[in-house]
Amino acid sequence: MSNLLEVQGATKQFGNFTALQNVSIEVPQGSIFGLLGPNGAGKTTLIRIINQITLPDHGSVYLDGQALQPIHIKDIGYLPEERGLYKSMRVGEQALYLAQLKGLSKAEAKKRLQYWFDKFDITHWWNKKIQELSKGMAQKVQFIVTVLHNPKLLIFDEPFSGFDPINANIIKDEILQLREQGATIIFSTHRMESVEELCDHIALINKSKKILEGKVTNIKRQYKSNTFEIGLLTDDNDTTLSVLKEKFETNIADFKAIDDQLKVRITLDNQTSPNQLLQYLTQKGQVLRFNEVIPGINEIFIKTIKDNE
Amino acid sequence: MSNLRLIIKREFIARVRNRTFIVMTFLSPLIVIGMVSLIAWLATINSEGVYKVAFVDETGAFYKDFVNSETTYYINYSDLSLDKAKDSVIIKEFNGLLYIPNKKNNSEIAKSVQFYVDESPNISILNDIEKIIANKLTTNNFKEKGLDLNAIRSSEALVNIEIENFSGEKTSKMSGYIKMIFGGAAGYFLMMFIIIYGNMVMRSVIEEKSNRIIEIIISSVKPMQLMLGKIFGTSFAGILQFIIWVILGGTLLFTISFIFGADPQPLSIEPSITVQDDYQQDIQLIIQDIFKLPLGILLSSFLVYFLGGYFLYSAIYAAIGAAVDSETDSQQFMLPVILPLMLGIYVGFFSVIENPHGTISTVFSMIPLTSPIVMLMRIPFGVPWWEILISILLLIGSIIFIIWLAGKIYKVGILMYGKKPTYKEIFKWIKY
Repeated sequence: MSNLLEVQGATKQFGNFTALQNVSIEVPQGSIFGLLGPNGAGKTTLIRIINQITLPDHGSVYLDGQALQPIHIKDIGYLPEERGLYKSMRVGEQALYLAQLKGLSKAEAKKRLQYWFDKFDITHWWNKKIQELSKGMAQKVQFIVTVLHNPKLLIFDEPFSGFDPINANIIKDEILQLREQGATIIFSTHRMESVEELCDHIALINKSKKILEGKVTNIKRQYKSNTFEIGLLTDDNDTTLSVLKEKFETNIADFKAIDDQLKVRITLDNQTSPNQLLQYLTQKGQVLRFNEVIPGINEIFIKTIKDNE
Repeated sequence: MSNLRLIIKREFIARVRNRTFIVMTFLSPLIVIGMVSLIAWLATINSEGVYKVAFVDETGAFYKDFVNSETTYYINYSDLSLDKAKDSVIIKEFNGLLYIPNKKNNSEIAKSVQFYVDESPNISILNDIEKIIANKLTTNNFKEKGLDLNAIRSSEALVNIEIENFSGEKTSKMSGYIKMIFGGAAGYFLMMFIIIYGNMVMRSVIEEKSNRIIEIIISSVKPMQLMLGKIFGTSFAGILQFIIWVILGGTLLFTISFIFGADPQPLSIEPSITVQDDYQQDIQLIIQDIFKLPLGILLSSFLVYFLGGYFLYSAIYAAIGAAVDSETDSQQFMLPVILPLMLGIYVGFFSVIENPHGTISTVFSMIPLTSPIVMLMRIPFGVPWWEILISILLLIGSIIFIIWLAGKIYKVGILMYGKKPTYKEIFKWIKY
């Protein structure tokens, strides 16, 4: 799998403030790439560099193997976090204008807009002014404008903010569909559940530096601690617990269950395999639950940032 | 390039569709015409009122000289005593009572004439009365000294200097005023245009910032393109408005002057100068003078300075708009715009009118921030072509420099939210 986008050693300073320091990322073709980081970490600066809004002081960006040039603007669709539309302009006119700025001809833009307006069932908005629409409605128009020119690379900065759950779902499905059609997506957000759900690659930026990057599965494998969550139905919970504590690194766990069972988390050392643990547990009682604890991206996020401080 | 065209088109349409633009375009000529008509009408009312002066002439030498005119009406109260005359004047609501006491000689009389009024009279009426008395007393003096009145009259010389330039063209004495009016109007109009349209550019920049559409746009176009598109698009809206005004104003003025049969020409000229016998000939001379102005240079330089001044200032306005979050915050940066404009107007109205080719006028017609206004005011008086050329070149150079500088501020400013920048910070942005 080749990389659609490569950023190499991007550094950007504003006066004395360093916004990005030697950041490199690789966004594989066809992936959904989560760009994560606390507020002020430098995500927006990185995105602006990719969009050629800001020039990096050092470093270079390659799109599809070519050094980034002005003609690449039409290959990128960008939905910024701070977004809006001209309030007093009509929806249709505005969408046409923004599409033409991305290099579409007027006729082509009109055709595609009709398709999308039909799809979202918003054709009757065409002659409305933006100020007559609700925030969520305007967001839909912005989404359409972002994807209209079929860019290779889509960058969404907090795409779901301002949407109700139903519309957020519609947008999520659209994003997934765009990926299926071959688009590569960079996804910057604080909402970890959507990262968990959508992203297959992530990069974590903190205080202007990249501190983690890779495939989500690999990262999770790297961060998992060989811990298992166990629900065990025994005759005597207390005795079993003390026995387990002697033999393994055991902590009390808490999850919802209907029976009065022993709930623990056991972290295995390298000598013991999960099967051995399971075998041992079956001798102690009825195993109702046995599953590996895989760290969520949220935990990884918090842990990595804390470790780097 | 086609993006620039798209932006210009959008900005133009956005300006022109604006309700304020439509109202301003079609209402302001009406307002101006209305004002002019009102002033003209008020002036006629004012001059229609006849000033009633009663007089008590104890010498009995003057009553024949007080001849009623269009503006003044004299009533002879010489048969009444001064006190009774005063009462009568008050009751009958005359405007004033002139009292000429009987003294032993003319110089005593000259010193002791009194004028009783409630409200101070118009200077020209007072002048008329003084002239009548003075003439009579002078004549009496001549007679007393045994001088031949006819001989004196015939030896009085009347001088009327004719102004003619070295190439032999005659001009009226009014030509200076005409030049002043032309230049002054052009300079003043330019200032208004810059303030109104510069503000439009600024507001449009702030709007994009506060609507948060700016980042969407500049992911497609360069900030410089956006800024230039804005400046050009708005200027086209201004030019359109100007053309509509010229057409509307011309039509309206023509119609009004046709309906009321009023000649619009003398309205614009200082009335005190038109005290000449041959009124008609004067107007012809004035019209001739207008056509003798370097109209070609005047019009083309008007266009050049008009656009040049606008581009220069609107770039500054755009940078200010980018630096702030709201129009209220923009006030602190208005000084660098308003100060040179005001300076231009003041230099224009004081120095240029006093001496169009003096050092101050010349220098300020070269400094780019004031040159559009000051040079426009100077041009009707005749400025050597090379001075205009230097001034235009300097203007063009500084437009390029200012647009470049404004572009740098603009580029950084449009992405800055939330904090009110200081001049120091803006200076730092230039170096980013």
